[in-house]
Amino acid sequence: MTAHSTTAAEASNVVPITDAAKPLRDTRPLRLITCGSVDDGKSTLIGRLLWDTKAVKEDQAAALSRDSGKQNDLGLPDFALLLDGLQAEREQGITIDVAYRYFATDRRSFIVADTPGHEQYTRNMATGASTADLAVLLVDARSGLLEQTRRHATIASLMGIKQFVLAVNKFDLVAYDKAVFEKISHDFKELALSLGVRQVTAIPMSALKGENVVYDGRATMPWYDGPTLVETLELATTRTAAAGGFRLPVQRVSRPGESFRGYQGTVAGGSIKPGDSVAILPSGMVANVKQIVTFDLVRNAAVAGDAITLVLDRQVDVSRGDMIVSLDAQPMTGLAFDAQLVALQPGGIEPGKRYWLKAGSRRQRVSVQPVSQLELSSGKWKNHAEALPMNAIGKVRLSFDEAAIFDPYEQNRNTGAFILIDPDTLNTVAGGMVSAKRSDLGGIHRDQQRVLLSLPADLADELMATEIFAARRDEAEVRRVTSAAAADLFGEIE
Amino acid sequence: MHTHSSEFDPHRNEPAAKPPLDPHLKALENEAIHIFREVAAEFENPVMLYSIGKDSSVLLHLARKAFYPGRVPFPLLHIDTGWKFPEMIAFRDEMAEKFDLDLVVYTNPRGDSEKISPFTHGSAYHTDVMKTEALRQALDAGKYDAAFGGARRDEEASRAKERIYSFRTPDHKWDPRNQRPELWNLYNGMIRRGESVRAFPLSNWTEVDIWRYIQAENIPLPPLYYAKTRKFVERDGMLMWAEDPRFVALPGEQVQEGSLRFRTLGCWPLTGGIRSTAATLDEVIAELEIATVSERQGRAIDRDQAGSMEKKKREGYF
Repeated sequence: MTAHSTTAAEASNVVPITDAAKPLRDTRPLRLITCGSVDDGKSTLIGRLLWDTKAVKEDQAAALSRDSGKQNDLGLPDFALLLDGLQAEREQGITIDVAYRYFATDRRSFIVADTPGHEQYTRNMATGASTADLAVLLVDARSGLLEQTRRHATIASLMGIKQFVLAVNKFDLVAYDKAVFEKISHDFKELALSLGVRQVTAIPMSALKGENVVYDGRATMPWYDGPTLVETLELATTRTAAAGGFRLPVQRVSRPGESFRGYQGTVAGGSIKPGDSVAILPSGMVANVKQIVTFDLVRNAAVAGDAITLVLDRQVDVSRGDMIVSLDAQPMTGLAFDAQLVALQPGGIEPGKRYWLKAGSRRQRVSVQPVSQLELSSGKWKNHAEALPMNAIGKVRLSFDEAAIFDPYEQNRNTGAFILIDPDTLNTVAGGMVSAKRSDLGGIHRDQQRVLLSLPADLADELMATEIFAARRDEAEVRRVTSAAAADLFGEIE
Repeated sequence: MHTHSSEFDPHRNEPAAKPPLDPHLKALENEAIHIFREVAAEFENPVMLYSIGKDSSVLLHLARKAFYPGRVPFPLLHIDTGWKFPEMIAFRDEMAEKFDLDLVVYTNPRGDSEKISPFTHGSAYHTDVMKTEALRQALDAGKYDAAFGGARRDEEASRAKERIYSFRTPDHKWDPRNQRPELWNLYNGMIRRGESVRAFPLSNWTEVDIWRYIQAENIPLPPLYYAKTRKFVERDGMLMWAEDPRFVALPGEQVQEGSLRFRTLGCWPLTGGIRSTAATLDEVIAELEIATVSERQGRAIDRDQAGSMEKKKREGYF
C-alpha cells in the first residue's frame, strides 16, 4: 500500500486539503470544544467529522478494524477506538483526558479539544474550553437537555466561550420529527441566553449516518434549511484580542551583542507600531517603541498573536515577567483581585495557602481566599469560604505580595487568565480568570493619609521614572486624564 | 534559502522575498515561537532533539526565528544509532555549520560493543537500546532539564493527549494518566532537580501544515525526501534501501532499482521508501495531498501492536 498506488479514480474522490490554484485560506484555525457524554454519540460525531473530511488515513482505519474486529452497521470502523488513544481508556471504555483532533476543509482548519462528559471530569472540560472559541454541545434527541447539558454550557460560558452549537444527535431515532427539534432548540436557546451567550446554532443530525455533519440531511429532513455542522464551524469567528490596549508580556530579553537589546514575547492584546509610547509594568517607566524586529523583516506594525522582539528608544530596566503596555490604555496593577477559578486536583484549593500564580510570563506568590462556589446543577453561586474541592468552580480573592498585572478576563483572555501551581507538588492545581481589581485605597489602609497630585504628563513621567517612585509603584494609583477632567475632579473634592 | 549576509543584523529591512504566510501557518508559527521562548526562559539547560527529518527541519527553522537576532541558545542533540542514511548525516553536519549550531551527537556505547543491529537483534530491541536507552543516557549526561521535540498530536493516538510541556520523572517516565492540566498558553515549567520536561512546539501542526510551511519558508530538507533512482528490495511489504555495505539480501530477494523517496527518515533498515517520481517540493506536496496513507505507515516500529507508541513513550522514547 503506497501513495503511488493511488489510482486516478481514487484520487478524484479525495478532497484535496488545499488546492494550489485557489487563493490561500484567509482564516486562522478555529479552536472548538466538544461536550457530551459517550452515550450522546460524541465519539461517533468526531469520528464522522474526521472521516468525512478525509482526516483519517487508510492505515489508521485498517488499524481500527484490526483492533476491534468490529464495524458498525454502516460498514464504518468503530470511531470511538480511533479517538480513545490511551490504552487505559480503551480498557475502561471511557475518555479520561482531553485529546486534540485536527481536520480541515478547503475553507478552514479546525483544532478540536475532545473532552470527556462524565461529571467528575469538569476539570478536563475547563482545560479544553480555555483555548476554545466555540463549544459544540451534544444531546441525544430522545432525551433532550439534561442536567449535564446545563453544566457543560455553564462551564463553557465561564471560560469565555461566546458561540454555542447544539448538536441534536441521533435524530434518526426520533423519526426526524421537526417538533422534537424545535422543542429542544427552544429550550437550549433559553439556557444559552441565561448564560449571556447569544450566538447559538441548533442542528438536527445523525452522526452515525452522517446527516448534517459534513454532508446535508435534506433527504431525511427536508424541513431543515439551516447549515450543517461543518458549515457552521467554517463561518464561526475566532476571538482576537486585537481591540483594546497593547500588551506584551516579556518572555525574555535578547542581548546577542552590546548594540542590541530586544524584548521578546507574544502580543497579548492590541497592536503596536514604531513611535508608540509604552509603559513598562509594574515599574511604570515610560519609553517609545523604536523597532519591531522579526526574523523575516523589520515590521511596521504588530498585532495580538504575533511573536515579536520589541526595541525601545531608551535604556530602561525590563526583565522577564514585566509587561509592556500602551501608555494610554493600561491594565490593572495591584495587590488584590477578584477572580473565578476551577480546582483541578484532588487536594482542592485551600484558603490562605500560598500558591504560585502564573499569568503571561509572570510568576509570583499569591494567597487565595474562597468566597463562593458555583452549584452547577442550578447555576447558582453559594457562599463558600472553605477549601474548594476538585472540580469545583469558585469565586475567590487573590492577595499578592508584589504587584500583579491583569485585564478583566472578559476583556482579554490572554491577560486575564492565570494558573495556580502548588508549591509542594509543583502540579497545576487551578485555572482562573480575573474579574476585577480590589482596590486597596478604601480597604486595609482605609485610615492612611493620601495625596492626590495633578501634574503635567511629562513631569509625572519623570517622577515615575525615578527609583524612589518605582520602588513603591504598587502603592500609587495613576490615572491619565485631560486637564479639564483633572480640574473637575479637584473641584468635586473641594 | 535565506540570503542574509549577516544573521545578526537586526537593522536590515530588505523587501520580503516571499509573500506573507497565510494566517493559519502564521498562527502555528507564532505558537511555536512562544513555546520556544518560554522554555528557553524557564529552564536552566534545555536541548533540542534533532532527528534530521522534516519535522526537525521545521523545528530548527522556528528556533532560529524565535531567538533572532541572537543565535539558538541551546545545543541540538542527535541520537545516532549508527544506522541512519548517510545522506542524513551529511545534511546534519551541513546545517550545524551553516547556522552556527552547537551540535551534540550521541551513540549508545552498547551499540558498538554488542554490535547491535536491527537485523540480528530485531527492530524492537534495536530501537529500545539505540534510541530510547541512548536518549535517556544522553539526556542524563547533558543534565538537560528540558528537551524540545518535533512530535505532533496528529501523528498517533497516544500523542493526541500529550501536553505541550510533557512532564518526565527522573528516570524519564511518562505517565499519561497523570499529566498536568494545561490551560490557555500558560505552561507550568516548575520541576524538581532530576525531573525534566519534553516540550513540543509543533503539537498542533498536521503533516500537511509541515509541508506547506516548508514550501512557504523554503526550508532545506535532506535529499531523501525527494525521489531519485535508488536500489532497494521489497521485504515484508516494505521497500528497503539496499545501498549500504551492511545490507544483505535474503534468499530469493531481488535488489531492484527504481525511483524512490521517503516520507519519514530514520534508521534505513526500519524506514520504508515509497515508489515516487516526486523530485521537487511541489511534486511531493501534490502527491501528499492525494495520499490516503498516513506517514507513519512506512515505519516498522509502530506496527507491532496497538498502543506500541504509548508503551515506548512511557519508557522514555520521544
